[in-house]
Amino acid sequence: METLEQIKLRLEQSQPLTKLDILANECPAGERSLVVVESARAADVARFLRDDAQLKLDFCSNVTGIDWPEMTVKTKVKKKVVVEGQEKEVEETVETLRPGYLEVVYHLYSMALKHGPLVLRVRTGNRTDRTQVPSLTPVWRSAELQEREVYDLYGVIFDGHPDLRRILMWDEFEGYPMRKDYVAPDDFEYEPTPHDKVLEAAKKHYPVEPKPEVKAEVKPEVKA
Amino acid sequence: MNTFAAKPQKGHEILPKTDQSGTPIGEFLEISMGPHHPSTHGVFRMDVVLDGETVVKLKPVFGYLHRNHEKIAENISYLSSMPYTDRLDYFCSMTNNWAYALAVEKLAGLAVPERAEYIRVIMAELTRLQNHTCLIGFFVQDMGALGTPMMYAFREREKILDLFESISGARMMCNYMRFGGVRVDVSDEWLAQAREIVANYGKFLDEFEKFLTENEILLARTQGVGVLPRDLAVSAGITGPMLRAAGVNYDLRKVDKYGFYSRFEFKVPVGEHGDIYDRYMVRVLEMRESIKILNQALAAVPAGPVMDPKAKLRGFRPKPGEVYGRVEGPKGELGFYLISDGSPNPYRYRVRPPSFINLTILEDMCLGHKISDAVVILGSVDIVLGEVDR
Repeated sequence: METLEQIKLRLEQSQPLTKLDILANECPAGERSLVVVESARAADVARFLRDDAQLKLDFCSNVTGIDWPEMTVKTKVKKKVVVEGQEKEVEETVETLRPGYLEVVYHLYSMALKHGPLVLRVRTGNRTDRTQVPSLTPVWRSAELQEREVYDLYGVIFDGHPDLRRILMWDEFEGYPMRKDYVAPDDFEYEPTPHDKVLEAAKKHYPVEPKPEVKAEVKPEVKA
Repeated sequence: MNTFAAKPQKGHEILPKTDQSGTPIGEFLEISMGPHHPSTHGVFRMDVVLDGETVVKLKPVFGYLHRNHEKIAENISYLSSMPYTDRLDYFCSMTNNWAYALAVEKLAGLAVPERAEYIRVIMAELTRLQNHTCLIGFFVQDMGALGTPMMYAFREREKILDLFESISGARMMCNYMRFGGVRVDVSDEWLAQAREIVANYGKFLDEFEKFLTENEILLARTQGVGVLPRDLAVSAGITGPMLRAAGVNYDLRKVDKYGFYSRFEFKVPVGEHGDIYDRYMVRVLEMRESIKILNQALAAVPAGPVMDPKAKLRGFRPKPGEVYGRVEGPKGELGFYLISDGSPNPYRYRVRPPSFINLTILEDMCLGHKISDAVVILGSVDIVLGEVDR
């Protein structure tokens, strides 16, 4: 397979509006990945990768969500400071706030040419209200159930997905359990039963009778 | 998982059945098969809409066994997830272990000694043998051959499970592989026992095939039923015997050449029609190839250590980075996607479950067939709910 740089160059030539990034991987055996900067272009990028004669990435093996919460990144910067008339290099740690986002990762292989993987990453705007990304199910059918799972567990909304419902959790479940800041309730099993509703209705129907006052027993004092 | 019947999709409402002039001539029957139905291989439910006995719509519903395996694994150390992987696909714990160990070894840069690689191949192929044998037993049972064929299959499976038990201490939850090798070495007696079982397995397969392969009922029920076209199979990410039955020659043992598979001589059986019969045949032929691999591997197990001396069991912290490791499990491509941030726990741990993804096209295969065929089609997909629900 071509290198990521070549693929990126060809993609940007054929789609001038698309911006791409290459994400380094610190693990030597792992693969670097291709990041679609504007998530709205993801479907076009995916179609190119699938249909291009040299790539033919027809097999989307794995679809994953990743949660990256907001965090402060510490980077060391060298600065020149004049101390007592002499110029010195001093290392300073600069804290920058990295906004949180959700990420969808696609592992693409080619069954026709038997090469791969190409790792494609699509990111959402933030973790709260801008969590839409385009669905790649129209491009690769194998994303159908997996994108439903990412929606279910991470809360990424896939625009254009044919049937976006919860898949592993039940329909009434609230929250996204795979997010890093998810707090599990004390009792997963609790659900309001019809029995509770009946009791509530009964309470309204029959006003609660005041409880009879319990009179304290008066014990005769015993003298020793 | 839906606690109520599946809500109709937008634009997919089931309308009352009418003739050409628009007068109603009956209605569709909506039934919910499962989750406690003997033919669904676990707690799996299908919401089926029937026109008479013909399937008009089918929605798989699952999640009853969901325990968020991935979340659990993100909160414990790398090694502690190894026994949990046994519980994914509880028929094939050895290949699950291998897939996870392979991904972590890739992440941490560990080498595996030669003897351990041979043992891994032997364990994986034994797993494939027993998985395919059981599956054929199950799905013949789905067609109405109650009991007897399945018992024959289970008899043979139990011999292999005895081998697993004697080496790992457990029949099914083996927890046998470690990062950089395997947990315990095999003895010469064990190898001799394995050779004997493998030598007799071909005879059993001949016998099994004599009853099934040209059986009139099996042919009538499986040929031309549940056809999966080649293009759809590739696009839907189907892997394993189902993909090869659809005519795609894609076996990770040949493509990725992980482990020592490049040293062994074997063929990849490929079907042409993509129907249930081809899936059955591909599995039978795959078992024959597994026996070939086993014979070669068992004859050539080298002496030596079974663990990489550099591998650490405690205080294991891989350097930051991410990997995706995959193996050819009996059910399809089993992959593990790991992200390390340098801490003892993985930052992200993802399982690519083959039987979950193979369910994507269940509806496409069942449409237009009878409800009794839907049961056989589901049986031929080969799912295990421990892996589908995770």
